[in-house]
Amino acid sequence: MKYIDEYRDGRIAQTFARQIAGEVKAGASYRLIEFCGGHTHAISRFGIADLLPANVRMIHGPGCPVCVLPVGRIDMAIGLAIRPEVTLCTYGDLMRVPGSQGASLLKTKAAGADIRMVYSTLDAVRIAEAEPSREVVFFAIGFETTTPPTALAIRLAAAKGLKNFSVFCNHVLTPAAIQSILESPEVRTLGRVRVDGFIGPSHVSTIIGTQPYEFFAEEFGKPVVVTGFEPLDVLQAILMLVRQVNEGRHEVENQYVRAVTRDGNAIAKREVAEFFEPRKSFVWRGLGVVPYSGLRLKQAYAAFDAELRFELADAGGEDNPACECGAILRGVKTPTECKLFGKLCTPDTPMGSCMVSSEGACAAHWTYGRFRDRARSAA
Amino acid sequence: MTAKAYRRRLDIKNGRVDLSHGSGGRAMAQLITDIFHKALDNEWLRRGNDQAAFDVAQGRMVMTTDGYVVSPLFFPGGDIGSLAVHGTINDIAMGGAHPLYLSASFIIEEGFPLVDLKRIADSMGAAAGAAGVPVVTGDTKVVERGKADGVFISTTGIGAVPGGLDLSADKIQPGDRVILSGTLGDHGVAVMSKRKNLSFDTALLSDSAPLHGLVAAMVEAGGHHLRVMRDPTRGGLAATLNELADRSNIGFRLAEDAIPVRPEVAAACELLGLDPLYVANEGKLVAVLAPKAAETVLAAMRTHPLGRDAAIIGEAIEDDHHFVQMTTGFGGGRMVDWLSGEQLPRIC
Amino acid sequence: MNAILPDGMARVTLSGVSMEISIALVGDVGVGDYVIVHVGYALARIDPEEAERTLSLMREGGLIGPSEMMEALP
Repeated sequence: MKYIDEYRDGRIAQTFARQIAGEVKAGASYRLIEFCGGHTHAISRFGIADLLPANVRMIHGPGCPVCVLPVGRIDMAIGLAIRPEVTLCTYGDLMRVPGSQGASLLKTKAAGADIRMVYSTLDAVRIAEAEPSREVVFFAIGFETTTPPTALAIRLAAAKGLKNFSVFCNHVLTPAAIQSILESPEVRTLGRVRVDGFIGPSHVSTIIGTQPYEFFAEEFGKPVVVTGFEPLDVLQAILMLVRQVNEGRHEVENQYVRAVTRDGNAIAKREVAEFFEPRKSFVWRGLGVVPYSGLRLKQAYAAFDAELRFELADAGGEDNPACECGAILRGVKTPTECKLFGKLCTPDTPMGSCMVSSEGACAAHWTYGRFRDRARSAA
Repeated sequence: MTAKAYRRRLDIKNGRVDLSHGSGGRAMAQLITDIFHKALDNEWLRRGNDQAAFDVAQGRMVMTTDGYVVSPLFFPGGDIGSLAVHGTINDIAMGGAHPLYLSASFIIEEGFPLVDLKRIADSMGAAAGAAGVPVVTGDTKVVERGKADGVFISTTGIGAVPGGLDLSADKIQPGDRVILSGTLGDHGVAVMSKRKNLSFDTALLSDSAPLHGLVAAMVEAGGHHLRVMRDPTRGGLAATLNELADRSNIGFRLAEDAIPVRPEVAAACELLGLDPLYVANEGKLVAVLAPKAAETVLAAMRTHPLGRDAAIIGEAIEDDHHFVQMTTGFGGGRMVDWLSGEQLPRIC
Repeated sequence: MNAILPDGMARVTLSGVSMEISIALVGDVGVGDYVIVHVGYALARIDPEEAERTLSLMREGGLIGPSEMMEALP
């Protein structure tokens, strides 16, 4: 597979591993955080941790949009889906996310609700067009990568004059995610993670460009390397970060030059600006309220806003008190430090969202990495 | 002498199954004769009894039962009918046994087109004939519209175990080798491709096939060194190996580079966000065997048309946690855990 | 990309597998271009020169350092 296999070459990986090992300073610690679900997944799936020296630690941040979706929003989606006239279209990942009282879209579907998994927002629009008697609602989530597709769906629905299509909008913003890791009201309770460098997201950066990260590099004095999502990209980025840390630099570097520019995707940004505006505040699962972190539909497109059309009230559900997703999402705790991990909370019986999506830190560790826990506890 | 009552022929082209076809009356008898008996034709069905009688071999026998609910009913490389025959034969073959006879029960939804029913029955007949394993008895029921997704098929199969062979998961020992008979993921991706509107430059077909011939070759080459065999259907190779690990109190270590996957399957999985390790196969087997016999059995498999891409993909190791671990092509390690939840809707 | 289709769609191929995706988010892409695809949309065109540069740096065990970055950005 062109442009994929080359970036998974095991021999080049070994070269990088040796270089990284050669450049890290003994006694120094390199805590590198990534907040892109694709990176969490790639690091786990390819076993990158095994190629790094012990003093380079990869921390998973809140890069999984499924994971940060609050319980209350899932409850609202379930509430929509059980209305007999509604067809709820959703990405597959959301089906098993636990809402209040262990409810989920999957269980709601089993009880008879019309919930359909779609691969693309275009599928949802097609359903609305094909079934005019149904109220088709698209359950929109994601960072800046999935927001333009939602915008285009609204544009298409408007162009076709569809009266039965609306969007339940839960899009969130990456800079806000970074902010919440570094500084937020919850820092006191959930702790602040010590971070030496950032692995910048891949797909998100194709849209927003590298420019938005310049603020963080400057303000917090930490290096940022925008990285592709193939494993060699990640290794190359780690090497770049190790060098920046060693040299005392805190710049924004672009490893993903083949797809990312400083300004990003102008068309996509324009589409998003046309249809969405920031919410004053939005609740993130485990992190609490984060200001200017979420998007909602603009007034001009109120007709496509499911929250207005169906007069939805924020349910404000509660997380399981023992669930450590909040601390895990901020990189302060690891999955194995959560009392529920592997016992009450497994991918088959998820208690919190980190365990549901394959990009969640807990799911990734459970599925790909927990064989290492044994080695650690034995050592 | 009274003339035989006029019996209108079944309108295969435009006709549909209706509730009368399930009521036990003349209409049902006609459906069974004209569609099922015709397609599956053998001496037992010709005798027209409710049961099939045959002599029983000496020694051990195996029996298996299966349900088939695949959607869509017709997919590239097969259909629910051929799948039912192959799948049942394979369950028998995994015990090292020679498949002898099959039975098939059909639960048909009211309104199901006769032309599709005939197509399925004909496909079963062809599959059974090619495999040399007849469907000797069956049953038909019709349920109201909406109570079955077109047609569901249940099967039972019996086979005879060659003397001395006793395959079982608890026989696996650390050091045993794991052999996979061919490429992973073909069936699941072929079925998914219809649902997701993927198209393939070179037709990607389901690998649905009867494995008893391949198994016979393996048993001849090294039967007493074989510990256990399984066919990785739902849940893919990952589910099969995790099951085996749990039952035999060992773990596995695999080498990703050694696992054969067709480029199109890898690409389709990449595009759909799937992992070939979890995708269903319907014409592949996994065998665990003593290390000294691995190369011989592998060579025997490669001479068989269904084993051309066979490969040794890993080995059993001591492990109380029963983990299935894999060294990735990239050089790092990962686990291959059970699949959680449902990734592909109804592919078997 | 194999073919541009009507309504802002295109057919893309990977190792002999094709699917239809939307190219509404990418400016001028043509047949033969490679794109990053996510949830049914092309998000960005892959610049083949940059891709090759990254690969050869990787093969040499090298890095993209600050100086190379300056050249790479418009």
